[in-house]
Amino acid sequence: MRALDRKLLRDLRRIWAQTLAIALVLGCGVMLLVAANATQRTLVDSKRTYYERHAFADIFAPVTRAPVSVVDAVAAIDGVSRAEGRIAFYAVLDIEGMVEPAVARVVSLPEDPSRMLNRPLLRHGRMPDPDAAGEVLVNEAFGRANGLEPGAHFDGIIGGQLRALTVAGWALSPEFIYTVSPGEMIPDERRTGVVWMTERAAASAQNMDGAVNDITLTLTRDADPRAVKAALDRMLAPYGGTGAHDRARQMSHNFISGELQQLAALATYLPPIFMLVSAFLVNMVLTRLIALERTQIGLMKAVGYTTAEIAAHYLKLAGMIGVVGVVLGGIIGWWLTDGMLFIYQEFFGFPYLVRDSGAGPMALAAVLGLATAVLGGARAVWASVRLNPAEAMSPPAPPRFSRGAADRAMAWLQFRQTTMMILRSILRWPGRAAITLFGVSASVGVLVSSYFLFDSLEVLTDSVFTQSNRQHMTLTLAQSAPEIAVSDALTLPGVLQAEGGYGVPVRLIHGPRERLSALQGHFPGATLQRLVDDGGLPVTLPPQGVVLPEMLARDLGARPGDMLAVELMAPPREVLELPLMAVIAQGLGQEAHIAAPALFEAMRMAPRVTHIHLLADPAAMDTLYEEVKRTPALAGLSDWAEVRRQFDETVSENLLTMIVIYTIIGVLIAIGVIYNAARIQLSERSYELASLRVLGFSRAQVGYVLVGEMMLLTVVAIPLGWVLGTWFAEGMTEALSTDTVYIPFAISRRTYAMASVAVFLAALGSVLLVRRRLDRMDLAMALKARE
Amino acid sequence: MTRTLDQTTQPVFRAEGVTRVYRTGAVEVHALRGVDLALREGEMVVLLGASGSGKSTLLNILGALDTPTEGKVFFRDRDLTRASDRQLTAFRRDHVGFVFQFYNLVPSLTARENIALVTEIAKNPMTPEEALERAGLPDRMDHFPAELSGGEQQRVAIARAIAKRPEVLLCDEPTGALDSKTGVQVLEALAQVNADLGTATVLITHNADIQRIAERVIVLADGRVVRDEVNTERIAPSEVSW
Repeated sequence: MRALDRKLLRDLRRIWAQTLAIALVLGCGVMLLVAANATQRTLVDSKRTYYERHAFADIFAPVTRAPVSVVDAVAAIDGVSRAEGRIAFYAVLDIEGMVEPAVARVVSLPEDPSRMLNRPLLRHGRMPDPDAAGEVLVNEAFGRANGLEPGAHFDGIIGGQLRALTVAGWALSPEFIYTVSPGEMIPDERRTGVVWMTERAAASAQNMDGAVNDITLTLTRDADPRAVKAALDRMLAPYGGTGAHDRARQMSHNFISGELQQLAALATYLPPIFMLVSAFLVNMVLTRLIALERTQIGLMKAVGYTTAEIAAHYLKLAGMIGVVGVVLGGIIGWWLTDGMLFIYQEFFGFPYLVRDSGAGPMALAAVLGLATAVLGGARAVWASVRLNPAEAMSPPAPPRFSRGAADRAMAWLQFRQTTMMILRSILRWPGRAAITLFGVSASVGVLVSSYFLFDSLEVLTDSVFTQSNRQHMTLTLAQSAPEIAVSDALTLPGVLQAEGGYGVPVRLIHGPRERLSALQGHFPGATLQRLVDDGGLPVTLPPQGVVLPEMLARDLGARPGDMLAVELMAPPREVLELPLMAVIAQGLGQEAHIAAPALFEAMRMAPRVTHIHLLADPAAMDTLYEEVKRTPALAGLSDWAEVRRQFDETVSENLLTMIVIYTIIGVLIAIGVIYNAARIQLSERSYELASLRVLGFSRAQVGYVLVGEMMLLTVVAIPLGWVLGTWFAEGMTEALSTDTVYIPFAISRRTYAMASVAVFLAALGSVLLVRRRLDRMDLAMALKARE
Repeated sequence: MTRTLDQTTQPVFRAEGVTRVYRTGAVEVHALRGVDLALREGEMVVLLGASGSGKSTLLNILGALDTPTEGKVFFRDRDLTRASDRQLTAFRRDHVGFVFQFYNLVPSLTARENIALVTEIAKNPMTPEEALERAGLPDRMDHFPAELSGGEQQRVAIARAIAKRPEVLLCDEPTGALDSKTGVQVLEALAQVNADLGTATVLITHNADIQRIAERVIVLADGRVVRDEVNTERIAPSEVSW
């Protein structure tokens, strides 16, 4: 090994603690980059493979009832690769041992399921016997959650009749990776399921012999999805087509895409902060090291080393710090990827994971990490290796302090001399003070932008559960019913209050743009389910016209005052011309809203309801559940109390872990910055500080100079961190918001306070660690070692 | 070890009208004011002068550690004042050895490694072991500078300077930080190298006694050469004391 390389290793060993502190900050960035990227790639690849192997459809077109022959016509549309008709509907299930009713999406299985689109993967048991009418497959999660082993029985209200069903096996499907009941947000494996039954059984139950009510298809490689959807809509309109849609509006796909988008956001937003801070730290440490080795640089030049060779030597040192960071971050990132995949896998239940080798993200992280360290070092090296050798070997000129306005102010304020030392040092090295300020504020910022998610969640929860959905239960009717159904619901056991709602699938058209959505008619005076904005305030609907959530209005390019064509995708299947009256910020859901009287007036029909919201006596819930399970007119129900319970449970389960992880990552920056700044401070001022001790200052008084400067900078940096964090958080809400979930931007004082306290304590701990070295300082040596 | 000065020997260095002005802010310091000088092969010269007389500046300029503001410096036939930074670096690497008052060893490298620092980039170096042997310190090779005495450190520095077999050895107060006894050991090492390898040696000192070991003594004052004379009665380093 070359002598210079030996020097490099020994230098590294000498400043190992500082190297490690920087490497940890850099490692955090690398870890996040590797973990988020590798997890994202793995999930994307797994999803794609799963979709391909199980022939997940590209286009979905629900109809009311169409003859089987229409499927061949669909298959003949230009751009369609394969088309398939099936029978699909929602059913309320009664599972033994479960008080609440469950809801299932029922899907028919063709004669030969081995070639079907959206093909289920059998995981346990066997496929249903086509001759045994009651045999079904259930989705694995539902089967496991309810202990429905093959051979188990349960009841379902299908086609208005209570039918006994037998579990033949468990399956997974690309169509139902994520299963939620319509109107709910988080999956409940126990209460929400998928049931596959033979086509014959489904047809006879729904009275659909020779007919289908759901068409799915795959596209050829060069197909134009818009043209195919338009052709489908024209062809299926006579059969009650409610509008063909692609995967983007398919519940499970949409949700997974949202999650993947959030992972991508994580990979984009946080790592640059860590890398920027580490670049500054490398610069700070290397600048100091080079200052200490000034005469050595002069010597190397004197004996004939070129400037490039010397620069390369110090850049190698920066590179080594980078290597340590990249290796640490890479290993932890790899391990974290496994952890994240495990969690996602619990949630999604892919039948297999196509684990990304991680080579790509790792290479990206390595390049970025090394570049970070080397670029950070380059500035320090560049400034110093250019000195001519004679100059380099003579001691540097003493730092020039001069009396400026700040000094006069300090003198006027009659600060103690030790305080003057602190303030003057900050003024004398503004660059280093700025790096420290920036690093500590970035630390606060990262924490604020992590903790704020809990505030957003709280606002979202409050908006969804306390403001919008105050009902205990929402019943979805199999078919719309006259308003009198609401009064009927009041007679159900334990029901205290009942309100109706009317929803209809629509296509919103504004100029050349159109979107499939639903139009919700709100009855006047409703108090259970209300339309609220993102601030949690109820929205009063105008007497006429529609109101759109922001994201939908943006997609349509529509502004208040514009006329919208609203094509009703259910009888009476008309196109209504309605003005857009207002745009509202809405946390959840992307549906259009209208006052029910205005809607029915435009539709020229008597008011009807499609769902009924109930407020019930909690003591009577069990009886109510029993009754609901036996009500044939229901297609489904949402149990809001249960949704809330599940939601809270999920959040609180992860809350502590998440806070701990965020805090560790966030304060690492503060530790890296303060520890390094304090070490440099100590090295630079050891002569000064030792002199103070010799003059009779106590350890505490001398320690004050060191600790005081760092903590002063920390205290100044904290409010800057609030600003930075608020700015990050704003960016994150944008990046994390998906088509269906809009993350509200809300930061509580508690978040600011928690971030500040965490960073303050981390900074204090780091500087105290360095202060201990002050106690061990050999006064005689420190005074001699003047460079 | 006495050798008569042969005036016909080729000069290794030639300085013509070398002037060096340092500017710090508004102040101009004239470190050298038109120095003419020639240094011949194998010669041992002592540069004598008071503090601030320009000795170190002259040495730095001869060694291409610094460049003159005016005047020319030739190494054999090469005009150093017209050389690029790269050429000066190559010149230092191949032809000159330096010994400094404060040794300037790299503290994180052992004696052997400090010498390897030079032998790794030199064209025709001796081994670190041989260099240490010649400097009279064969048994301290694996010690770090902090584990060596001042005299030992300076002998490592000499070993480092001669390891490349330089044509010229430039020593800036090599004994300045040492007591008399150790200083004599260092001077002996230098004289030995000069005798064995024929390396032209320039030795700065402000210790007038040391001049008696040189073949020639050049005295600087106020940036000018005020005396340049051949030493007729040389003594051995062991006879020097201060």
